[in-house]
Amino acid sequence: MTIVDIGLPRRLVEFTLDGEQVTVPEGATILSACKDMPTLCYGDTLEPANACRVCMVEVEGSRTLVPSCSRKVEPGMVVNTDTERTRHSRRLVLELLGSATDLSTTPQVADWMADVGADPARFGPDAATVAQPAKVDNVLYVRDYSKCIMCYKCVDACGDQWQNTFAIAVAGRGFDAHISTEFSAPLPDSACVYCGNCIEVCPTGALSFRREYDKRAEGTWDESAQSATTTVCTFCGVGCNLTLHVQDNEIVKVTSPHESSVTHGNLCIKGRFGWQHVQNP
Amino acid sequence: MGRRKREPYVRLTQPLVREAGILRPASWDEALDRAAEGFRRNIEAGGPDAFGMFSCARATNEMNYVAQKFTRAVIGTNNVDSCNRTCHAPSVAGLAKVFDSGGGTSSYQEIEDADLIVLWGSNAREAHPIFFQHVLKAVNKGAKLYVVDPRLTSTAKWAHKWLRLNVGTDIPLANAIAREIIHSGLANRSFIERGTEGFEEFAASVEEWTLPVAELETGVPAELIRELAHAYARADRAQMSWTLGITEHHNGTDNVLSLINLSLLAGQVGRYGAGLNPLRGQNNVQGGGDMGAIPDRLPGFQDVEDPAVRRAFDAVWGSSIQPRKGWNLTQMLEAMERGDMTTVYIIGENPVQSEADCEHTIKRLSNLDHVVVQDIFLTKTAQLAHVVLPASAAWCETDGTFTNSERRVQRVRKAVNAPDGARDDIELLCELARRLGHDWHYDGAEQVWDEMRALSPMHRGMSYARLADLGGIQWPCPDEDSLEPSFLHARLWETDPVKRGRPAPFSVLRHSPPVDELSTEFPLRLTTGRRLDSYNTGVQSGGFESPMRRGETLDLCPQDALDLGVVADEMVQVSSRRGAIVAPVRIDEGLRPGLAFMTFHFPDEVDVNVITIEATDPVAGTAEYKAAAIRVDKLVNL
Repeated sequence: MTIVDIGLPRRLVEFTLDGEQVTVPEGATILSACKDMPTLCYGDTLEPANACRVCMVEVEGSRTLVPSCSRKVEPGMVVNTDTERTRHSRRLVLELLGSATDLSTTPQVADWMADVGADPARFGPDAATVAQPAKVDNVLYVRDYSKCIMCYKCVDACGDQWQNTFAIAVAGRGFDAHISTEFSAPLPDSACVYCGNCIEVCPTGALSFRREYDKRAEGTWDESAQSATTTVCTFCGVGCNLTLHVQDNEIVKVTSPHESSVTHGNLCIKGRFGWQHVQNP
Repeated sequence: MGRRKREPYVRLTQPLVREAGILRPASWDEALDRAAEGFRRNIEAGGPDAFGMFSCARATNEMNYVAQKFTRAVIGTNNVDSCNRTCHAPSVAGLAKVFDSGGGTSSYQEIEDADLIVLWGSNAREAHPIFFQHVLKAVNKGAKLYVVDPRLTSTAKWAHKWLRLNVGTDIPLANAIAREIIHSGLANRSFIERGTEGFEEFAASVEEWTLPVAELETGVPAELIRELAHAYARADRAQMSWTLGITEHHNGTDNVLSLINLSLLAGQVGRYGAGLNPLRGQNNVQGGGDMGAIPDRLPGFQDVEDPAVRRAFDAVWGSSIQPRKGWNLTQMLEAMERGDMTTVYIIGENPVQSEADCEHTIKRLSNLDHVVVQDIFLTKTAQLAHVVLPASAAWCETDGTFTNSERRVQRVRKAVNAPDGARDDIELLCELARRLGHDWHYDGAEQVWDEMRALSPMHRGMSYARLADLGGIQWPCPDEDSLEPSFLHARLWETDPVKRGRPAPFSVLRHSPPVDELSTEFPLRLTTGRRLDSYNTGVQSGGFESPMRRGETLDLCPQDALDLGVVADEMVQVSSRRGAIVAPVRIDEGLRPGLAFMTFHFPDEVDVNVITIEATDPVAGTAEYKAAAIRVDKLVNL
């Protein structure tokens, strides 16, 4: 008797999205049918966390807005993504996030704010923030929690969705909730195995590689001068796909394609950091 | 007590030649001329078999194709091999013997979809972490995981059941599982009758391994053996994966065959989700063999002793390939000692530190008239060379392909320029070929690949464009219009005997305990393995800092440490019948009394291969790294 269900082929369902008839596979989310839907906590390799509330859309017949990242399409559903109600919601959500956290390294967020007219400064200079010094306690990672929006993606990537290391979790309640190692231990004293899979999914740059952090600090990090080339890791025989981010003929960052059937965007410490040997002059 | 930490290796950027006993910088022309001249001299004196090629399991398929072509078409010998010999050659030999194909049978997706996964002699959590993520996907969906390992590894900690066997008792355990499956009426009769042969003889041969006898020999409780037997035979989709705990024994091929027997018995092969998967240790060790960088196979895993195959290659290469197998790496080392092999061309390999009993390897290489090493670093092996050629790093400085453990060929792309002074491997091979009278030119890796796939039916449909579009393609892929299933050997389930082809034979196997016997003088069993943040001889992984790295240690269980009167971090002498080294003690609760563990990642600090044993598998030539007999002594007068 089989234990593991490997599923049946999926049917297609039809619904209305911003006035157009759209067909998606059964079980697909509204977000998967949208182009360029703003979102921070959605991860293409992760289960929806429903945390950031940036991707809210209007569904006819629903009392409240719904998160498009997790709401599954139903046949005949009528969805509107750009209404006064969704814009108002997104404006307030972005203002709250932007007033409490440092979104300076969050891709695209400035455009989204401009689009809905969000003004994070309107709560005044006394608005509460999560500002705090960056944690630099090892040679590979930096954790700058003043940029953390509590989207849970790092916790999910470290936990049972991928890495199964469980080095980090949410500690505290309410505004004091934060991502923490066990007993707030420095990373070298925690369960962390330095796979970097949390950094791979972090949407705001709260988690970053030490090389990037140092280069940003010295003003030499220049994404416009970087190329990204996908190759295969040089260590074991699993064959993980690596995307090498290169600036001035120097590898400055390693990611992995999320659509890779081998890695799904995940690597181990060797793949993520084991490139230095080719660059020791 | 501080670690002796060595500086990371720096890239080679200047050719070197040996003069008056020392390596001095040279121009490219001088170095290449000297390299070619030395090969010519030795071949004239001793014939083509005086030459040996150590090709590189780290380099691209394209480089391996050109390296074996150089060996066969320019030099005229089949003496080409790579470090697959030190790890998974027994897997290839075993799988090829039974199924005529040396690759793992399934895909990673099938691991996720399995009901039962057996990891045998594999610490995948540390040695193959992303493979283990696929295992954990299955476990989190409800699959059962059984881990067979002498140590309570971080992999074993994830297991539903851990079978702690004594080192080197894999065959008794497998045979006992087989016997239990047969006696419980759980053998897959229809598959056995249809797709296998030799069952009756096999069944008789495992009869002696009753559960109590096996418990006595393996140390695994009878009830656990019984449980695994029943779970494996009853599962709809069972996966059997192994690593070097199976292969790095003097009878590694037999160990592999003992696991294959189980899959045949239970019909757990040739179907979606059921399979046999060796986890390969180097990025392209699968591809190196597929490309013919082994002494008995031409590209596409085609038999070098088949005249029709040779004719096809000779027609394209303008060569006349020797009609017999060449020497494997182990045999080449022996031929060096006898003086039959006098020159070697070593590309990207570090045999001085990776071979068992390394003092012996150094002696043998020092015997040679002419050693050419092509590498990105001045490794311990390169330091013995007569000519050193600075190469580029395959995975990020060249274009090409690698083939992974699920037989997936994937594109490797140049992301950075090699440092000034280092050159592409294929270009260097062509330079030497031209100096030896063969006018070779390739305009890039794709041209090499297209030449190769025209000759190799199993790669024929893999154009670079298709490899990019599809995120890699698993072999076999005979044409450009279709894709084969993700698993191998479905033919064995066919009802039509013609489609079914050669039945898969059961293997009758005898238990053969480790060669290095325990004695009162050497009472502890030493086994070796990898750690998460380090890799092989550490030449590459030593290049980055890891907060987890602690250097080499001798891992002992608390009881042994107590009995020996040693404590954590204390430096002790570790000796075997071959030599002695000094290392700090680490206490590991996952070991049992009598079992010690070391890695081999830090040979420049503690050279563990001074004490490992060179007893090799007669079929595949892999050494018994996993089982040495040692003693541990306190250091005195410190």
